[in-house]
Amino acid sequence: MKIQQLSVFVSNQPGRLHSVCRTLAEAGINLLSITLADSDDFGLIRLIVSDSDKAVEVLEKSGIASTITEVIACKVSAKRGGLADLLATPAGELQIEYMYAFPACRDPDYAIMIFRFHDPDKAVELLQQSGVSLVSRREILNTGCGN
Amino acid sequence: MKNISWNDQDGLFLPEMALDFLPPEKLREIQSQRLIATVKLAYDHVPFFRARMEEKGLTPGDIKGIDDIVLLPFSMKKDLRDTYPYGLFAVDMKEVVRLHASSGTTGKPIVVGYTQEDMDVWTQAVKRGLLATGFRNTDIVQNFYGYGLFTGGLGIHYGLEALGATVIPISGGNTERQIMVLKDFNVTAVGGTPSYFVHIIDVADKMGIDISRLNLKRGIFGAEPWSEGMRTYIQERSGIKAFDIYGLSEILGPGVGCECEHQNGIHIFEDHFFPEIIDPETLQPLPDGEEGELVISTISKRAMPILRYRTRDITSIETEKCICGRTIRRIRRIGRRSDDMFIIRGVNVYPSQIETALLRAEKALPHYQIVLETKNNMDLVDIHVEVSREMISDTVSDMDAISRRLRHAIEQVIGISVAVTLREPGSIPRSEGKAKRTIDNRQHI
Repeated sequence: MKIQQLSVFVSNQPGRLHSVCRTLAEAGINLLSITLADSDDFGLIRLIVSDSDKAVEVLEKSGIASTITEVIACKVSAKRGGLADLLATPAGELQIEYMYAFPACRDPDYAIMIFRFHDPDKAVELLQQSGVSLVSRREILNTGCGN
Repeated sequence: MKNISWNDQDGLFLPEMALDFLPPEKLREIQSQRLIATVKLAYDHVPFFRARMEEKGLTPGDIKGIDDIVLLPFSMKKDLRDTYPYGLFAVDMKEVVRLHASSGTTGKPIVVGYTQEDMDVWTQAVKRGLLATGFRNTDIVQNFYGYGLFTGGLGIHYGLEALGATVIPISGGNTERQIMVLKDFNVTAVGGTPSYFVHIIDVADKMGIDISRLNLKRGIFGAEPWSEGMRTYIQERSGIKAFDIYGLSEILGPGVGCECEHQNGIHIFEDHFFPEIIDPETLQPLPDGEEGELVISTISKRAMPILRYRTRDITSIETEKCICGRTIRRIRRIGRRSDDMFIIRGVNVYPSQIETALLRAEKALPHYQIVLETKNNMDLVDIHVEVSREMISDTVSDMDAISRRLRHAIEQVIGISVAVTLREPGSIPRSEGKAKRTIDNRQHI
């Protein structure tokens, strides 16, 4: 139940984000979500895309380095306290490297949160035991985003 | 040739190699005769040398053998600039068949000339180097040293032709075409600058071509200092054996010396180019085995004899005989040139030290550039390092850990604090000739 996230390393320079997006667009790859982590010298663009393997390949051809990481997409109730409840389960005790919201477009009753756990396998096990519903890759692609 | 102890790996001794195995007394006799003749030529025909000798109260008659070389005055790059273009020529221009010149990036270029005999000396020296590293007439050699005024391209070219190898005079640049030729022409050996070959390997990699699966067996590299780590890197990634050929335009071009099959030091063709090591501060000669500045005298060149030229290269003369059995002496490979050194906050730093540290930390050689800057009146070193696909991670903390690791590795070697900036692959300009490792943006007040 893990999904693939693409992480792209870019220098901290104007125009680099554009160049990555253009390269992916020209290869016919859709962006389902994108966030940018920045440091003084570089940025890490984290993306969920329609075809991660192809994305790595086309970026590599353009001289852009990227890597694939496994992340977990969880359904979180859209009511108040939904995320707090999720984090109150045993999985919430695990180390989380980072997280962000996925723009789930179709269903107003829940949100999708993307988690990068330090130990993704353990996280999947604990989340499932707690009854948290995980979003599969196919569902992510069918969220209606990126079309 | 009965007394020769010969240890080539393919067991093939060729008569052209005999000069590498002369008995030491015979070698000294040749050196003495040639030095005496060269000093006379320079004194009689080059006003600059005559003036320098007169300053020391010397006449050619004072030089009676090779041991007297220490009496002679030194020469330096500045002397070649000051006498630009032909001031050090000892023969009439009608005898000069070739000119080469330095790029002149650090001032006026220097011009060097060769008679036909000088060309033969050069060609034979390169050929001896090629033979020592296992090149044979069956090799198909891609020569990506630059052709033109630079001595590298044509110097290696003539040696290869004399050897009877098949030369592809491709020169530097157009990397994708280089790779096509490497593959399609069944190339077995290459020659050029090591940094450009690393670039070729990287580009081939991107094109999905594994250089180590081609027919390449060996390469001869020079024109810039390169570390032992870089050799390992080239050998592991390309599957070839990489040899160091040494030279400098002021003396000859490539072929002043070359490694042999055993890769443990550069044999100097000292029947033509006599090496000494001096203390660069006191200018006193140092015994074999001690590290100092390499000084070379041409003892058979005619167009432009150069006596006791200070190369700025830091090395030592090896005291043990090489296992190949050659009697000509070896110098340790040049890891550093006093020219490349920069001084930062009072500490001498050589780019090769930074290269060594990066290799140690990453087990691979990332592309790097050293940028010197002044901030708040303080000189800073910023090492720009390109990250490879294997190095990158999805978390900022992992990336920070990489730059911290590199920083520590470099600081341990050079002893002062540095900054490390991680950069995208391909963002540091590649050189198709000599790599430009240091950019000095400091504001000198």
